[in-house]
Amino acid sequence: MSDIISPLPGIFYRKPGPDKEPYAEEGERIEAGQTIGVVEIMKQFSEIRSDVSGVLEKFLVEDAGTVNPGAVIATVTAE
Amino acid sequence: MAFNILEPGLATTVQDRGRPGYYNVGIPQGGAMDQLSAEMANSLVGNTGTEAVLECTYIGPKLVSDEDAVVAVTGAPVEVKINDVVQEQWARLQLRAGDQLSFGMLSGGTRYYIAVQGGIDVPSVLGSRSTYTLGAMGGFNGRALQAGDTVPVGAQHTPYDDVPSPARVDEAERPAFDREVTVRVLPGLYDHRLTEDGLSTLLSAEWTLTPVADRMGLRYAGPELSWKPRQQPFGAGSDPSNIVDAGYAVGSIQVPGGKEPIILHRDAVSGGGYAMVATVISADMDLLARSAPGTTTAFRSVSMDEALQARREMNERRARIWEWAR
Repeated sequence: MSDIISPLPGIFYRKPGPDKEPYAEEGERIEAGQTIGVVEIMKQFSEIRSDVSGVLEKFLVEDAGTVNPGAVIATVTAE
Repeated sequence: MAFNILEPGLATTVQDRGRPGYYNVGIPQGGAMDQLSAEMANSLVGNTGTEAVLECTYIGPKLVSDEDAVVAVTGAPVEVKINDVVQEQWARLQLRAGDQLSFGMLSGGTRYYIAVQGGIDVPSVLGSRSTYTLGAMGGFNGRALQAGDTVPVGAQHTPYDDVPSPARVDEAERPAFDREVTVRVLPGLYDHRLTEDGLSTLLSAEWTLTPVADRMGLRYAGPELSWKPRQQPFGAGSDPSNIVDAGYAVGSIQVPGGKEPIILHRDAVSGGGYAMVATVISADMDLLARSAPGTTTAFRSVSMDEALQARREMNERRARIWEWAR
């Protein structure tokens, strides 16, 4: 199991825009480097990526939830 | 010599003591948000208090020095790395030509500072090297750093081993980066517009810093404040939190609609139409700059005498940094 961690504080969004599809869903296969969400701080959006390839098990932060540096956003079962 | 920027970080800007004297024409004082930390970084590398430093917010840069350089990192707690080897924060460091300076994850606070002997050598604009990004002036081309930038650094004048300042800042002298802070404020100029209940709520409630916080201002979540009813004067707008436009003070607290107070910080606009119900004293502006989103904050009312005493104490604390230079 590998954690995807937010390096910065802000608001976590699972979608690139209000009318868009989520970057990734629980249970989905993701590749290393793939974006799974964005964190907004100071009017800037930073992409949150997975370091590993595998199955995205669970989001631990809800859409539009607040995160702090070091917060685990999601867990991935690495291959 | 120069720093070559491989990765810029989130919002890395050149800052110094700021650009006072132009707020009346709309140009904010700017400067390092956490002046004390920036000044301590300058002292560590053997600069004066006036050299420009790099202010890093949440995520710092990855940079390479093209020559040997004496550097120091102060401010928010973060892992400092030279060629991926962890170094001491709040201490003088030797960067060799070609060495890479980078950072790990922030574990508290908001901003940290990179000082280099000789200072960041960008042109002075209206007496300051500080970046005012909204006005696209000062600093490095009036903007935050970008990958590929070559940031000029002043000449190194004293070898690492000969720098006369203390090589580290004692833990007891370092500012704290707490998740709970008390910020001292002076009520006014428009506190009379709040009801008695509204003012007492402002000064007694627990406020939480939201992620909406940058060099311009910081927004807090908490209870709603109530305003005295009145016939709004011409030019004041319809909301009771509106006033006829007035000059804003640095540190002043406005409460648009009575919800979510905003404290103006060093890059704030100089005027507008929101009632300023209180003003953070100058000695506590650095404290705000260190607050991370989620910080629990209380506003405590002080008198003008107490505010001036706090300013004297802050100035004495800053003077102590430079005892070695006298």
